[in-house]
Amino acid sequence: MTDSKYFTTTKKGEIFELKAELNSDKKEKKKEAVKKVIASMTVGKDVSALFPDVVNCMQTDNLELKKLVYLYLMNYAKSQPDMAIMAVNTFVKDCEDPNPLIRALAVRTMGCIRVDKITEYLCEPLRKCLKDEDPYVRKTAAVCVAKLHDINAQLASMLIAESHPNSNLLDLNPQTINKLLTALNECTEWGQIFILDCLANYTPRDDRESQSICERVTPRLSHANSAVVLSAVKVLMKFMEMLPKDLDYYGTLLKKLAPPLVTLLSAEPELQYVALRNINLIVQRRPEILKHEMKVFFVKYNDPIYVKLEKLDIMIRLASQANIAQVLAELKEYATEVDVDFVRKAVRAIGRCAIKVEQSAERCVSTLLDLIQTKVNYVVQEAIVVIKDIFRKYPNKYESVIATLCENLDSLDEPEARAAMIWIVGEYAERIDNADELLESFLEGFHDESTQVQLQLLTAIVKLFLKKPTETQELVQQVLSLATQDSDNPDLRDRGYIYWRLLSTDPVAAKEVVLAEKPLISEETDLIEPTLLEELICHIGTLASVYHKPPSAFVEGSRGVQHKRLPGSAGSGESVESPDTGSAPVASEAPPAVIPSQDLLGDLLNLDLTPTTTTGPPPPSSAMQMGAMDLLGGGLDSLMTAGFGAPPTAGPPSFTAPVSGGLDDLFDLGGGVGMPMGAYVPPKTLWLPAMKAKGLEISGTFGRRAGVVQMEMTLTNKAMSVMTDFAIQFNRNSFGLAPAGPLQVLTPVSPNQSIEAVLPLNTVGPVMKMEPLNNLQVAVKNNIDVFYFSCQYPISMLFVEDGKMERQVFLATWKDIPNENESKFQLNDCHLNADAASSKLQGSNIFTIAKRTVEGQDMLYQSMKLTNGIWVLAELRAQAGNPNYTVSLRCRAPEVSQCVFQSYEAVLKN
Amino acid sequence: MIHSLFLINYTGDIFLEKHWKSVINRSVCDYFFEAKEKALEPENVPPILQTPHHYLINIYRGKLFFLAVIQTEVPPLFVIEFLHKVADTLQDYFGDCSEGVIKDNLVTVYEILEEMLDNGFPLATESNVLQEMIRPPTILRSVVNTLTGGSNVGDTLPTGQLSNIPWRRAGVKYTNNEAYFDVIEEIDAILDKSGSTVFAEIQGVIEACVRLTGMPDLTLSFMNPRLLDDVSFHPCVRFKRWESERVLSFIPPDGNFTLMTYHVSSQNLVAIPVYVKQNISFMETGSCGRLDITIGPKQTMGKTVEGLLVTIHMPKAVLSANLTATQGNYTYDLATKVLVWDVGKLNPQKLPNLRGSLSVQSGAPKPEENPSLNIDMKIQQLAISGLKVNRLDMYGEKYKPFKGVKYLTRAGKFQVRT
Repeated sequence: MTDSKYFTTTKKGEIFELKAELNSDKKEKKKEAVKKVIASMTVGKDVSALFPDVVNCMQTDNLELKKLVYLYLMNYAKSQPDMAIMAVNTFVKDCEDPNPLIRALAVRTMGCIRVDKITEYLCEPLRKCLKDEDPYVRKTAAVCVAKLHDINAQLASMLIAESHPNSNLLDLNPQTINKLLTALNECTEWGQIFILDCLANYTPRDDRESQSICERVTPRLSHANSAVVLSAVKVLMKFMEMLPKDLDYYGTLLKKLAPPLVTLLSAEPELQYVALRNINLIVQRRPEILKHEMKVFFVKYNDPIYVKLEKLDIMIRLASQANIAQVLAELKEYATEVDVDFVRKAVRAIGRCAIKVEQSAERCVSTLLDLIQTKVNYVVQEAIVVIKDIFRKYPNKYESVIATLCENLDSLDEPEARAAMIWIVGEYAERIDNADELLESFLEGFHDESTQVQLQLLTAIVKLFLKKPTETQELVQQVLSLATQDSDNPDLRDRGYIYWRLLSTDPVAAKEVVLAEKPLISEETDLIEPTLLEELICHIGTLASVYHKPPSAFVEGSRGVQHKRLPGSAGSGESVESPDTGSAPVASEAPPAVIPSQDLLGDLLNLDLTPTTTTGPPPPSSAMQMGAMDLLGGGLDSLMTAGFGAPPTAGPPSFTAPVSGGLDDLFDLGGGVGMPMGAYVPPKTLWLPAMKAKGLEISGTFGRRAGVVQMEMTLTNKAMSVMTDFAIQFNRNSFGLAPAGPLQVLTPVSPNQSIEAVLPLNTVGPVMKMEPLNNLQVAVKNNIDVFYFSCQYPISMLFVEDGKMERQVFLATWKDIPNENESKFQLNDCHLNADAASSKLQGSNIFTIAKRTVEGQDMLYQSMKLTNGIWVLAELRAQAGNPNYTVSLRCRAPEVSQCVFQSYEAVLKN
Repeated sequence: MIHSLFLINYTGDIFLEKHWKSVINRSVCDYFFEAKEKALEPENVPPILQTPHHYLINIYRGKLFFLAVIQTEVPPLFVIEFLHKVADTLQDYFGDCSEGVIKDNLVTVYEILEEMLDNGFPLATESNVLQEMIRPPTILRSVVNTLTGGSNVGDTLPTGQLSNIPWRRAGVKYTNNEAYFDVIEEIDAILDKSGSTVFAEIQGVIEACVRLTGMPDLTLSFMNPRLLDDVSFHPCVRFKRWESERVLSFIPPDGNFTLMTYHVSSQNLVAIPVYVKQNISFMETGSCGRLDITIGPKQTMGKTVEGLLVTIHMPKAVLSANLTATQGNYTYDLATKVLVWDVGKLNPQKLPNLRGSLSVQSGAPKPEENPSLNIDMKIQQLAISGLKVNRLDMYGEKYKPFKGVKYLTRAGKFQVRT
């Protein structure tokens, strides 16, 4: 008699038959029928159609039948909420049954039915059961409150408040911690996991409390359940940070941590995997714990592949001069295994050992050469990739092996290996007699190569040319034309153009750039960034620790999760008298405000464009200045407009806005609009071209009208669809400019329509010095996307109305500011006389305080004040008949002078 | 917490699903099937998979996948441990944890699963407690149930649930009171070509079978407890007494349980009971290879090595083996390329030897990889680490129990590289 019999069906239809049986009078038959229903449910058949019939069987004194019906209810109640209500009465009745088992069962099942309507009825019986005479029922009811919290937190806290008025149950303080630690010894293994995880969130007040918690948690390291062990490790790893390193107990604790970690590795492979991922973190944070346990990470040939790969990673992390011989012998052994992925990683590991342990480099190289001799294709390719890194780490040491490498040129078919080989040939072109032939052979199939190889080939041939210019002119021309003319890849084209220009304008500079000494590569590759590592250490044993990502990066519904950090060690931060600075823990040295890079990216993508918050990240535009530095990075988009060497602040602000094309025309068009007496408002310039912003074109300008700084924009829709939902946000900038209200674009902008928008600004936003000073990075959002651009504002719009200084004060201040803070500028082609200039400048809040005429020269003494309170004093010399003015500016913050002068120029010339 | 459980067989059919919260469509398993496809071997399926809305954590046991679906951040070890506990429990209940057995007891399995987790949190996972609530099926009981209409669901409260010792039920009665302990040690070792030890360690476990009336309080002491520096205990063991006196003091669960596991680390010297002389070579040209293996005793402490079995995973190109064994039989499975030599008892006077030729697919290149030898064996009445039980005392009860200790050493992952 087995349950398989429940699956023999008749032709009439299963559901029909079951229905009849469920409604049978015979108890036995009913029970059998419900069993059949449950059996169908467990294999995934939909038997929800039987809901009313099954619920009818609920009122029974047969416990087994009742349990079965409850099982059914839990599964289907959610999909049949109206029917589920039918069961409520029975539940309420069962909660008063004389048998405690039934009472408990009823309250437990009710809690599992996540139907709102039922929740309402749940409270009363639950309240009763919480006061039940039987402890088992009370326990079940208490658990049910937790379930209720899931469904309806408000109801649950109401229930809790009834029994614990004014207590915050989740507040971690020394008293609750003490209770938790006591409970730790008395609860089941599963409860221990949760208690330990909870303890890990607590931050002890001092090192003594920290030690006492550690002492009480340590016995958990000997638990048979590996999850308990790992959670205990987490608590200890975190609280250890607070212990002074010279404490005896600290050393004891370190010793106690190793054996349980090793033991985890003899468990089932799935457990091993999680343990290894966590050990990987622990080893990076505290390598001393496992430094003598290298051997347990040796790979067994029947380990699952996911365990093998993790073990290999840890072996490299633990490799040191003391054990390198053993490690190498093992790695060599692995390189002859069957599994390709594993072999590759093993070969790569040999290279990493060479880079990490200098003394072993020679042996590693010879091991790699042995492996190359095997001629196994993928082994050779991996070996060449790592030998490239070894060359970079130890220049001029192992180049004798190049000949061997060249022998295997033909067998390389993977891009990474080909690129590595080409790099080697290019880098050591002067030592390889037939370097040009080798590279030429690669060039034949240039267009079939992957980008990686193409880029590398381009660079290698340029290197070769710079080293042997006479013989390889033809080759370099060939590759440059291939890269610039026949390629669709912008990276490749740009790099080609850069080389071309470099080579044609200044070969010496080209040599300096292309053959520059390369920075040494770091010892440890793929180390986890320290702040992230700290966070992950706080999350040992969780999914975060398995994925090596912060929980906020992937766990659903955890937005705004608090970033956990390791506590700093007591007594090292503030103790001035402590002489042993060598023991200061890393944790306290790390700057506290560093945000992990992942978050920046996350914020950028989820950028909330409300005008009130102004802490946006720097928009990734205005790449001009940075781009010029990035010659070899290949990331330059618009080489043609870059204008090498032109200082970015040469013209007035509106001229240097980083947009290409007919700026000057635009300027000319708007030239006559400037108001003679009011504040100077530069003409609108194109900020965001339509092709860069999916059809949205923005041009605009800044002005100061009635004491309010404004951003005036024309938004033009050049796309085919309507644009709505505009919003704007600024990045931090030099003067704290920020929108004073939301961007008022009330109507949707239909295609080909332009709309004028005026955005009042204030200067209370966050401040960050920009380069140039008056640069402003803006993000604009609409229903299509978020766009970034940067523009420059005339500093004159920041000159406030009360910028007129008293004469005496002016004189004293002028003398007071040191001479080196004075900047002199020449203002050419200005055909205004001194008085006209003075009145024109006054319109822009540049006030003339005094005027002197010396030897036919008019001297105007002027003052202005910026919104942030910086005063700028000026002396303007104008000679009648000479269109050239001299402006001398004195200011305590001399970096603004350049911008101020630009404003002079802009105001006076319009 | 644990949201749902799917049981999946070797071929990829879902044959049981249990949901502790709302029902999750079984299509979520498609991600798992994809990974299974990619992994080729079922052992190589990654244990933790990320899908857009769920995490899938699986274990592979006895040709079955236990796949848990979770939705929130949960300690993965907790889930894996729990899945193993489920497998252990089913094993306990039905004597076997296979697809057939589970299908025959679907409803019972479903009831057990419901008791083990409540709303995704573990509730009753101790075998002792579970068996009180849901009685394991026995032939006698199923006959009685059919005749009388009885059920396999207990109608009284399980006693262990609320006590301080949840692992033991109250009111246990036996006519024969007995307590047996098996000290079982497994040697994990890797020996290299020349026979020297690359790595060796001992995994020990003490399995107990205790059938004692009432609430006995036991104390087990060792002759040489200093060997044990890395131990994990059953929750019943009082850790404080172990720390201070190095004795195991505990109130035992009823029936079979694992009292402790221990690990004798690779830093201690581990005795290797056998040596293997081997030579497996393939000719550079021509399609043949040679194999010659001899096994002899090394450090057996005067005991006999039994159940000796050598398994070799041959390179793919090896077509057949033509060998002669001086002792035992060998088989070569063409499909899996596994050579198994069942030696049996090791006779120190006449060392077993297996030699002969291997034929390799003609034209195939010389195999690159070196096959490893896997050795199985056992030695009765010996704990290779030297661990010895000193005495067992019982307090709290008046009767005199029958006591016994057995020792066994066997090979765990014992590999010889060639």
